[in-house]
Amino acid sequence: MAELLKVRGLETQFRTREGVVHAVNGVDFNLVEGETLGIVGESGCGKSVTVMSMLRLIPSPPGKVVAGEALYQGKDLLKMSDEEIRHIRGAQISMIFQDPMTSFNPVLTIGRQVAEPLEIHQGMNRHQAYDRATEMLELVGIPKAKDRLGDYPHQFSGGMRQRVMIAMSLVCNPSVLIADEPTTALDVTIQAQIVELAKDLRDKLGMAMIWITHDLGVIAGLADRMAVMYGGFIIETAPVKSLYGNPSHPYTLGLLNSLPRVDKDINRRLESIEGLPPILMETPHSCPFAPRCTYVKERCLVENPPLLEAGPDHYTACWVDLETRSYR
Amino acid sequence: MGRYIIRRILYMLVVILVVSFITFGLMHSVPGGPFDKEKSLPAEIIANLEKRYHLDQPLWKQYLSYLNDVFVPHIAHEKPKGLDVADDYLIDIKITDTFWIRWMNFGPTFSSRSRSVNDIFRQQLPVSVQLGTLALIIAIIIGVPLGIISALKQNTIYDYLGMSIAIFGVSVPVIVLGPLMIWIFGVTLKWLPPTGWGSKPPYIFGFLPTNLGWDYWKYALMPSVALGLGSSAILARLTRASLLQVIREDYIRTARAKGVKERNVIVGHALKNSLIPVVTILGPMMAGLVTGTFVTELTFGIPGMGKYFVTSITNRDYPVIMGTILLYAVFLVVANLLVDIMYAYLDPRIRYD
Ligand SMILES: Nc1ncnc2c1ncn2[C@@H]1O[C@H](COP(=O)(O)OP(=O)(O)OP(=O)(O)O)[C@@H](O)[C@H]1O
Ligand SMILES: [Mg+2]
Repeated sequence: MAELLKVRGLETQFRTREGVVHAVNGVDFNLVEGETLGIVGESGCGKSVTVMSMLRLIPSPPGKVVAGEALYQGKDLLKMSDEEIRHIRGAQISMIFQDPMTSFNPVLTIGRQVAEPLEIHQGMNRHQAYDRATEMLELVGIPKAKDRLGDYPHQFSGGMRQRVMIAMSLVCNPSVLIADEPTTALDVTIQAQIVELAKDLRDKLGMAMIWITHDLGVIAGLADRMAVMYGGFIIETAPVKSLYGNPSHPYTLGLLNSLPRVDKDINRRLESIEGLPPILMETPHSCPFAPRCTYVKERCLVENPPLLEAGPDHYTACWVDLETRSYR
Repeated sequence: MGRYIIRRILYMLVVILVVSFITFGLMHSVPGGPFDKEKSLPAEIIANLEKRYHLDQPLWKQYLSYLNDVFVPHIAHEKPKGLDVADDYLIDIKITDTFWIRWMNFGPTFSSRSRSVNDIFRQQLPVSVQLGTLALIIAIIIGVPLGIISALKQNTIYDYLGMSIAIFGVSVPVIVLGPLMIWIFGVTLKWLPPTGWGSKPPYIFGFLPTNLGWDYWKYALMPSVALGLGSSAILARLTRASLLQVIREDYIRTARAKGVKERNVIVGHALKNSLIPVVTILGPMMAGLVTGTFVTELTFGIPGMGKYFVTSITNRDYPVIMGTILLYAVFLVVANLLVDIMYAYLDPRIRYD
């Protein structure tokens, strides 16, 4: 399969009053056609900043992508002109955001907002764009879509709004859809519906997806490949089966153990990871997870591990083999 | 919306009645009377005057007869002669030759035997409305764009320049700016007449000037700019703050993520949202500007309403006090109604039903 996205050494920092926040610290990943990559990690670990850096949507100042490249079909998104990247946003790579309430413009009609990418990128006139928008809204399951084009965002429920958001992101048939925690703000039942919808549409339209979440349960059935982030680093990446079956980073293991599971002992206590995620004010010289890690050894405190091979196509940034508790 | 407006108009009547009651009570509870001068008049003359203006009657009677004169429509069976200042109605509608409906008699002024409060409304109010409207327009066309530019070029030289002008505008009052302008453009350069106003009655619709040539503008220019500048500064700061807030909103990021051109992100997605708080302040601002501004009118020698707000109180000119306060209340309530209607247009989340 052809490679769509290739991100190398992506680094993003924020200059704040307290100092420089190292939000993303050299992230690498690939995305091939039709593939779904799940990115998981605690709040503040840099998931949003990673994908927004790619599309240059980081508020600047204070944010700045300081290093790396993000190749889309071989062209570096970070070096393009503003005009070039504008033609890619919403047309070839589009995004869905976490909060469907605040991510729509409250004073513009749904029809206008869903049709807008078509007018921008495909040169359609208002009429054609609205027709196509209606089709798309029907596809995501908005009943009586045609009658609802003139409605405003506040007239839709949260779940419906997120469906509309998906329709809006897909009207131009992008080859990559980035979903940044699209279900976090929704009820559990609605969450499942949205995930189903995304799966459905992916199979119908064949786009590749990056699905960000901090819920390992939601992503398991959706992703082909997983990347776990911690403190601005990808600390483990593997095909989804391998990651769930054979987690090789103590943090991933911790995340999995904190999930309620029906297939194992129901009376098992859920485990939590002690401590707080780091906010990095400088490049770390030790493993950023070391202070919270129960497997910690001397080397972890003096050298930040790079991604090491832990299995076929399975990489982990940990010096320690979790089975043997010895160095890899 | 229609029902909402009707409800608001009814509510407006209540507000105005309450305002009239409080004003009436307050002005009569202040010591002193309209005929207390430095040189005190003989008691009989005062008694005569009070009788003539019905000030000898009990207060509740005076108040009720005021309400009757102002709020209740009256019927006349012949063409009103309009000779007596006590018989001057603002609105005279002819139904037939022998049937006239008359409404709103605000009474005579105590300070002049031959003028009624309605004369002030006919002759001075239009001037103030013209000046205030021009000032408001200037405030909007300077203030809003200045705020937008400052916000878009945040922390650049344009922003600092724009906001310096704004701070200058708020902090330099008309009482300084006015004489300065008169001195520069009126006295030194002699481009504009230093004082006066370029329109006279009769007015179109009761307030619009009949001439709009240079003869009008040469008088109107300086005072409207002087008056509008302070308000434009307020609008500029508000617009800037509001737009800066809006462009950090999630939906602006959504627009950018869709590939919307940066210019359209601002014009199509941010502007309408950012004007909502700006519109809020336009209501009271308008009411304040168009009912007459004492200092500006005094500085530029403009025959407007402004001075009556001040002098009527010191003179205990009861009918003028009542008239000007009620007028201000009406303008304020109407302006706020307009603001609410504009809200509904700007923000679909607001539904008045
Ligand atoms: N505008 C900003 N100014 C300063 N720091 C920022 C800004 N945006 C993000 N950061 C910092 O970047 C880091 C990563 O944030 P990011 O939003 O990517 O987290 P996340 O993984 O998406 O979390 P969440 O699950 O809560 O969305 C955080 O530590 C945050 O403090
Ligand atoms: Mg996030």
